[in-house]
Amino acid sequence: MSNSSDRSRPPISSAGLAGLLAWIGLLVALSWWMAQQAYRWLPVQASTAAPLVDGLFSFETGIGTFVFGGVVSVMAWVLIKHRAEKYDESDAEPIEGNTRLEVIWTVIPLLLVMAIAVYAMRVNTKLGVLGPMEHIHLANPVEDQGGYAADRLPAEQVEVIARQWSWEFSYPSVNVSTTELHLPVDQPVSFRLVSDDVIHGFYIPAFRLKQDVIPGRAINFNLTPTRQGRYRLRDSQFSGTWFAANQADVVVESPEAYQAWLKNAASQPLQPGLSDAVIEYGERKQLKNPGWATVPPAPPPQVNVPGSNSLPHDA
Amino acid sequence: MTSATFPPSPPENTSWSRYFGFNTDAKVIGIQYIVTAFFFFLIGGLLAMIIRGELITPPADLVDRTVYNGIYTMHGTIMLFLFIFPVLNGLNNLLIPTMIGAPDMAFPRLNAVAFWLVPIFGALLIGSFFVPGGPAYSGWWSYPPVSTQNPLGHFINGQGLWITAVALSGVSSIMGAINFVTTILRMRAPGMGFFRMPVYCWTALAAQSLQLIGLPALTGGAVMLLMDLSFGTSFYQPEGGGDPVLYQHFFWFYSHPAVYVIILPVFGIFSELFPVYSRKPLFGYVYVCLASFIIVALGLVVWVHHMFPSGVAQWMRNFFMFSTMLIAVPTGVKVFAWLGTIWRGKLRLTTPMLFCLGGLFNFVFAGITGIMLATVPVDIHVSNTYFVVGHFHYVIYGAAVMGIFAAIYHWFPKFIGRMPYEGLGKLHFLLTFIGANLNFLPMHPLGLMGMPRRVSSYDPEFAFWNVLASLGAFLLGVSIIPFLLNMVSAWVRGPKAPHNPWNAIGLEWLLPSPPPEDNFGEHVPTVISRPYGYGTGEPLVEHQAEIENQLTLEEARA
Ligand code: HEM
Ligand SMILES: [Cu+2]
Ligand SMILES: [Cu+2]
Repeated sequence: MSNSSDRSRPPISSAGLAGLLAWIGLLVALSWWMAQQAYRWLPVQASTAAPLVDGLFSFETGIGTFVFGGVVSVMAWVLIKHRAEKYDESDAEPIEGNTRLEVIWTVIPLLLVMAIAVYAMRVNTKLGVLGPMEHIHLANPVEDQGGYAADRLPAEQVEVIARQWSWEFSYPSVNVSTTELHLPVDQPVSFRLVSDDVIHGFYIPAFRLKQDVIPGRAINFNLTPTRQGRYRLRDSQFSGTWFAANQADVVVESPEAYQAWLKNAASQPLQPGLSDAVIEYGERKQLKNPGWATVPPAPPPQVNVPGSNSLPHDA
Repeated sequence: MTSATFPPSPPENTSWSRYFGFNTDAKVIGIQYIVTAFFFFLIGGLLAMIIRGELITPPADLVDRTVYNGIYTMHGTIMLFLFIFPVLNGLNNLLIPTMIGAPDMAFPRLNAVAFWLVPIFGALLIGSFFVPGGPAYSGWWSYPPVSTQNPLGHFINGQGLWITAVALSGVSSIMGAINFVTTILRMRAPGMGFFRMPVYCWTALAAQSLQLIGLPALTGGAVMLLMDLSFGTSFYQPEGGGDPVLYQHFFWFYSHPAVYVIILPVFGIFSELFPVYSRKPLFGYVYVCLASFIIVALGLVVWVHHMFPSGVAQWMRNFFMFSTMLIAVPTGVKVFAWLGTIWRGKLRLTTPMLFCLGGLFNFVFAGITGIMLATVPVDIHVSNTYFVVGHFHYVIYGAAVMGIFAAIYHWFPKFIGRMPYEGLGKLHFLLTFIGANLNFLPMHPLGLMGMPRRVSSYDPEFAFWNVLASLGAFLLGVSIIPFLLNMVSAWVRGPKAPHNPWNAIGLEWLLPSPPPEDNFGEHVPTVISRPYGYGTGEPLVEHQAEIENQLTLEEARA
């Protein structure tokens, strides 16, 4: 209720100042708490990249909470305190601007976003997740490899072939092919990502990593899993009718279990791999009205281990 | 503005029929645009209900997967090209000439042609539901090679119609942009220098300049896509040596700035309305004006933030991350200016003010998730997930559509001449605000958990948040009922509006409601001060008191 009589109000009373400081303290505490909560909104951390990404996200959540809380507090205060009285048709005090304030609220956000950007760039450099570099003239040789920088030069390169609509993983050195990706824990792995048809997205949420698989290129992509378990790999770039069903399991296990799996896999005969699209397409063709035309799914790849996509997974 | 360039207006035609034909009065065209846009909004909304109906349970059980893909593609396309751009062009048509004291747009016939292209390409798009093979299904991005796959092999197909419609929409928008820019630059009232121009005109000028710079890239990219689809070229086909990522550059070079084409005028609306309903001048007017153009400049160099995972060099990722984050600064200047405006004001919580406050609340939230998306490592995780869908619906529904509703309630009395009903308006606001937050907030946890966007089915662990989102969506669907009721009943038999029901300051409020065909005609008042002189006692134009007396007298006589 600011009526026109208090035009020359004093800057701020000491009680007001104390209240303001207490409120800011509360906001800081809330922001801190939200930053801690942020970790819980994300899937389990299963790669070296995950803690880095999560740390950045938590930092951003904290700052974001503070900014949002600040703005909403001002709005709430105004709504409570500065409503016009029922029959008051008069204008408020015409404050048109304040250059010092303008400078302050330009510089503070500038510093804030730059702080976030610098933090993000450091994480970025550490991650070194990179896409295909072969067409970029400025690329320096180091940049040719993706993945966590410390993970360079892994022992084995797994070939990933994305299709409409299945994922095939092959381990050339041991001659194993599968539609369920197995990886040893704590060991860097390098992928060679290729697509047979359209753009797909290689995305394992528990690893926090994602890379588009672009037809006509082979993309090297490195990462290091750090937690044993079963995770989902999801296609993240819309790839047509069975896009949603284009998923696979990623099993991260101990090096011994991994070696045993590889050995066992190598001894299995080739059989059709997992492809929900092929199954659904078959059912669809039986229907009297099969619906709008669609690109027919590629035949399921011939693999040693098809895996299953109905097992419980950690993320 | 002499009568030599503008022949004396014929006696005013106030019949309904003028809205159904080729008319060159910007106010008629404005209303044609807005009504058409809301017609398509209802269709787009219906499609959204089907999307959310499908996603209320994990399996793909409500509609076939092909149908789902067509529906989400058409939802996005209709909402952008047939709702939001047309509705904003409608507001431009109503507001720009009246706010600057021009009798009409600079090129009235071009203006009408630009409008009539909208129902034409709208019919093309909607018609694509009925061609064999159904509508385009590759998302409003239409990334190749998915968009150049043509399973039926027909020459006439949904995707081809889609590209044609988008190209036509580009032509229409360029026509509009030329008109708005010229009108603002050349037809302002005497005395209205740039720094006496309402902020809405600044933001419209900024947004329409972006259209002129960006649209040719999209249209060119779309033509190449059509060649690939229909004539076997391989601009984007890897088999023929083309590069699908090239399309993404063309596409986003326009489509990122497009988000500013949408949001800048909404900033303009906020800047017009907060002062009226707080009874205070806009805080930091000059900074708010300039910030629009800083946003334009920065907005042109951020498009790669949509392509972080598609394989761009590390230096590009860092560069585009910095440039994107810089946009937070001029945007922040605006947000703080609005807070400064309402601070110690005398707030009136009318329907338009509620929509502005709700819109600001949602926009700040969207800004924070936007910063998260700008940082490469977080974006790598959440890009192409529901986090992004949540983020942009906060911007587009939470802020832009809310701002548009605010504008409609605020200027309805001016252009229709009747008052909308407050009760229905407040109900509309309440349902919209709750519905939008219930719909779009749950999308953020979904994205963080890793649920990709554009999926027709999903794993059961995502079920909880999806149920909430769908309930929110249905509430949003309901929220449109009081709005339509309000508009129709107020238009037909609402109380007659005085020339300035909100006691607002601006040239448009010195016109009768509704304004005559050529607005001020030859009697354009001379502007003598800045806009938003609430509480300063300074008149906006010469002889203001006489003009107002005259208007009030006429109202009393009627
Ligand atoms: C009731 C209101 C709305 C609901 C429930 C809704 C829901 C959705 C959903 C669930 C998607 C995700 C499709 C997907 O990516 O899987 C989507 C996409 C989209 N929506 Fe909405 N939406 C609404 C209103 C709007 C409005 C008002 C606009 C714009 C003015 C809009 C623009 C878009 C766009 C551009 C997409 C992206 C389509 C794509 O991914 O290609 N939506 N909407
Ligand atoms: Cu090159
Ligand atoms: Cu963008």
